[in-house]
Amino acid sequence: MNRLGAIAVGVGTIFAIAAPFFLKPFGIYLISMWAVLTIAALGLNLTLGYAGQVSLAQGAFVGIGAYTVALLTQAGCPYVVAFVSASVLCFAIGWVLGYPALRVQHHYLAFVTLAFTTLVFLVLRNEEWLTNGIYGISGIARPIFFGWSTGKALDFYFFCLGTLAMLALATWWMLGSPWGRAFVALRENPIRALSLGVDTRRYTLMAFAIGSSLGGLSGALYAPLVQFIEPNSFALGMSFNLLLMVIVGGSGYFFGPFLGALVAVLLPEWMRITEGYYLLIYAMLIMVMMAFCPSGVLGLAERALKAMAQRDPSGPALRAGETPP
Amino acid sequence: MASFIQLLISGLATGAIYALIAVGFTLLWQTSQTINFAQGEFVMLPAFFILASMNAGAPFWLAALIGIALSIVVLGLMFKLIIVDPMLKYGVLPLVISTIALSIFLKESAKDFYSSQAQPFPALVPATDVHVFDAVVSTQSLAVLAVAIVTVAALHLLLHTTRLGRSMQATAQNPTLARILGIRVQRMVLYTFLINGMLVAIASILISPIYLAKFTNGETLGLAAFLAAIIGGFNQVRGAILGGVILGILDNLSAAYISSQYRGAFPLLILIAIILWRPQGLLGRIEERTV
Repeated sequence: MNRLGAIAVGVGTIFAIAAPFFLKPFGIYLISMWAVLTIAALGLNLTLGYAGQVSLAQGAFVGIGAYTVALLTQAGCPYVVAFVSASVLCFAIGWVLGYPALRVQHHYLAFVTLAFTTLVFLVLRNEEWLTNGIYGISGIARPIFFGWSTGKALDFYFFCLGTLAMLALATWWMLGSPWGRAFVALRENPIRALSLGVDTRRYTLMAFAIGSSLGGLSGALYAPLVQFIEPNSFALGMSFNLLLMVIVGGSGYFFGPFLGALVAVLLPEWMRITEGYYLLIYAMLIMVMMAFCPSGVLGLAERALKAMAQRDPSGPALRAGETPP
Repeated sequence: MASFIQLLISGLATGAIYALIAVGFTLLWQTSQTINFAQGEFVMLPAFFILASMNAGAPFWLAALIGIALSIVVLGLMFKLIIVDPMLKYGVLPLVISTIALSIFLKESAKDFYSSQAQPFPALVPATDVHVFDAVVSTQSLAVLAVAIVTVAALHLLLHTTRLGRSMQATAQNPTLARILGIRVQRMVLYTFLINGMLVAIASILISPIYLAKFTNGETLGLAAFLAAIIGGFNQVRGAILGGVILGILDNLSAAYISSQYRGAFPLLILIAIILWRPQGLLGRIEERTV
């Protein structure tokens, strides 16, 4: 599994680097969107998949990040400062949003975060002096680093991909550290984690804050990618969509969000050949997928590999307790 | 004062509709741990069943009956058999995703197969105004209130005075014990889905003349149902009724007296407050924590 996983990651990386050279501008826009949303889904996977805290607020954090970057850069702030501000702001708000998670769990938490998303939407829509209300903010500039302008679609894609790679590595490293183990302990059995000396309170808040901060960073890329933001993009639909990416890809699998975002971004576009029915078919496929593999694409892959290993005793058997990459 | 009474009565009418939707929502949660994110779309759809039957030449009363029957079959029976049953064993989250997808599916179906335009929908009673003290109240509001009260009263009688209703309650409270006592648990769960199908159809008939029948109606209605259910208490039918009524009145009063831009925010703030200080809802029971 590990060797297979490494090969899959290698092929995926090569594909992600090579793909834009064969695509039209809209295709490059789509894969850039994939990279941007994968960052947000990565954050949600941390909160939901690893720490087990259901959140329907990730879309709101993408929105907060996007608006922070849009407003700061238009006020003349350098992009890097705006980028870091988006992350810090979302970390702080995520930390505060984590407090309800200390009191309530499961579906209640889903509803608190759902209410938070709707509140953020209302603020974005109504506070016209700051956010320009329903008219949104347009003409968001793409950043220039040391003379490298990311204004062209291809350059911006590589900027997104590079950011994704760095954040993914950081997340990977963190999941292997005691923090990551503590998150999983939180999900699997909070009471046992507490009795083993894990400060569940701090780690719950941490899971929320880091996950939200990744959401904010995703928003910081989203704004210059789309170059036009308006409140509706960050309403409940976005949060639902991100949740869908995590679950469809495989919640709790590190590479789940990458696949989930791929499905959620590309599938509806491919379905466009069916004219007006593409959302209809997309929704149906998601329902079928949930009925047959509720643990997502990677869950299904793991099950298939296990079945193969059992049928063929000479093959590489999975060690007990081995976690997928 | 007169305008306050007007607002109160129209708020009560909206609240009564929310309550109907929320009651169905809590029934599904209680008996099968289904959080139905498509509940709003369930209310949107029956109006289109009814419009389609009327287009086929049926008079309104017959079309309404056909609509309710179709709703019970499609949104009750088929929803349970096709969507919920295969997913129940996987826990809450995959089912949540599935109902989110279902809500997109229903919305798109209404748009693609009927119309993307808002459709006028016949009212139950001709629209005239009645004077109560010195307030002007529309007959529509009163009719909505009357139908909602009768429906809730009938449901209450069913749940509390009949053997069937008590079996359903037992199923909701402790399915294992209910099974031991010889209650056919699966059948009781099915009945709650059928009841939900009927409730959403009635809510649809009540609300569509006001909002017009439009495929996007479900978004606000679904949110209202969640809020009502949580404010009142997720695991109590009377909690959902209270939550719905509070929500309807609050919505109207806050829009009139505080801020119409933020009318949507007040229920959410109350929701957060309730969840933090009384997560079981105003009338709810505390559930054992599942670890």
